[in-house]
Amino acid sequence: MELKDFQNRNIAPGYIFFEGEKKPQNGWESFKRVVKRSIKGELFVGLWIVFREMIRFDIHTIQYPAEKIEMSPRYRAIHKLLRLFESGNERCIGCGLCEKICISNCIRMDTHVDEKSRKVVSEYTINFGRCIFCGYCAEVCPELAIVHGSDYENASEQRAHFGLKEDMLTPLDEFKAKNQKEFPGFGALSDNADDLVKKTPLAY
Amino acid sequence: MNETALVIETIIKAVIVLSVTAGMGAFATWIERKVLAFMQRRLGPMHVGPYGVLQLAADGIKLFTKEDIIPQNVVRPIFMIAPVIAATTAFVAMAAIPFFPEFTVFGYTIHPIVSDINVALLYVMGVASVGVYGPLLAGMSSSNKWSLLGAARAVVQMLSFEVVSGLSVMAPIMMIGSLSLIDINDYQSGGVISWLIWKQPLAFVLFAIAGFMETNRSPFDTIEFEAEIVSGYATEYSGMRWGLFFVGEYANMITISVLVSIIFMGGYNPIWFIPGAIVMLLKVSFWIFLFLWVRAAWPHVRPDQLMWVCWKVLMPLAVINVLITGIVLV
Repeated sequence: MELKDFQNRNIAPGYIFFEGEKKPQNGWESFKRVVKRSIKGELFVGLWIVFREMIRFDIHTIQYPAEKIEMSPRYRAIHKLLRLFESGNERCIGCGLCEKICISNCIRMDTHVDEKSRKVVSEYTINFGRCIFCGYCAEVCPELAIVHGSDYENASEQRAHFGLKEDMLTPLDEFKAKNQKEFPGFGALSDNADDLVKKTPLAY
Repeated sequence: MNETALVIETIIKAVIVLSVTAGMGAFATWIERKVLAFMQRRLGPMHVGPYGVLQLAADGIKLFTKEDIIPQNVVRPIFMIAPVIAATTAFVAMAAIPFFPEFTVFGYTIHPIVSDINVALLYVMGVASVGVYGPLLAGMSSSNKWSLLGAARAVVQMLSFEVVSGLSVMAPIMMIGSLSLIDINDYQSGGVISWLIWKQPLAFVLFAIAGFMETNRSPFDTIEFEAEIVSGYATEYSGMRWGLFFVGEYANMITISVLVSIIFMGGYNPIWFIPGAIVMLLKVSFWIFLFLWVRAAWPHVRPDQLMWVCWKVLMPLAVINVLITGIVLV
């Protein structure tokens, strides 16, 4: 292949250019078209296709409140603050990178130095009225402390819900029950990624 | 039999026909939603009752308790009476239709037909075409442009298909020599081979197409096609008045299904070991299913296409069919 082969975008083998049906010029031709269309039985192809779908019973409905889609790890929903797996301490070191990178300025944190002279976060909030779920905070976090969860059902009575530190931080009992999942990172594939692979219909 | 007994029997039959067909019509709405859903890879109503069977009860409660809105500038009495006309004519047409073969209960022979008149077919088609006054009056009294367009389309459509259905059914009548639906049914008592569909295939196709137009079903539902004229003649209606139009449409579907089954598909004559009543139910169910099937598969036609196909294609074919039948009979 040379460059000019790529530049010629129109002609590829196997493409058929269809000008559309010719319009009938006189009465006889339009009569022939009517007869052809009546006898061809294209309408019955349509009937057969919907009937085939009914027989196959390949239902695509997800009965939402009862069944839920498993979200891909790439999905960016309400944030979570994770704990260290060994000690259960908070991962966040209060570096403030997320606060700095946040393009809608919705992250605020208060830090202090505790009695072991370690910097800890005393308060961490995200204003979800402003957050655009861009994922920069999770991407920039050096400790994988702030990540995106997969809770997409975030209707609430107040805007402040979900946004406080105690809402986002994995609760200790949940953590002890080993319910905290490691964030697989951006671009991670979902568990059923292999099942979703399909052949590309275009044979380039 | 004395007069009083006849009156009581007729009243009982009329009540049974009315309630059963209305119930079947309501049930057909659930069937329609399910069949259309399955054909579109959906599940349809699932929440009310097992597999959504009770959805029709929920719909009924909603329709009955909904506010009956009568808009400001409508012609009140006509606006209020129009849905009643639509529903009434749909049910009145069933008076001359034999649904099942006659049977005996407690030594008393029952003919499942409200009144066996000798011009039954003419009567049914006449009453069915009176039914166009429902949409017409509804559309004209609604003071709404969409409704008015729907009414105009209803009349245009009625004028077109009535000619086709009348002429197409003429050929079978010429062969049988009677307008009574019981005579038509008895003419085809010799098994599947004696069905009129084999002798009159063209008339069958034409009558079926006209039936789709008569019931305003897709692909000929030009008078209430959402994409063009919102809801046509029913735009301004709500609550049970709209529900009456709906019931009328489904009653019409049942009437047409029964008519086609009797005139062309052997009626309620038993096939082999299957008794006549079951045969009739199967045929009517198939036709109801066909109505839904076609709705899922085929696109709508425009009103001008509908008139074109009626006047320029179907009517000449019907006339030719009558001519050929006449020549063969002579």
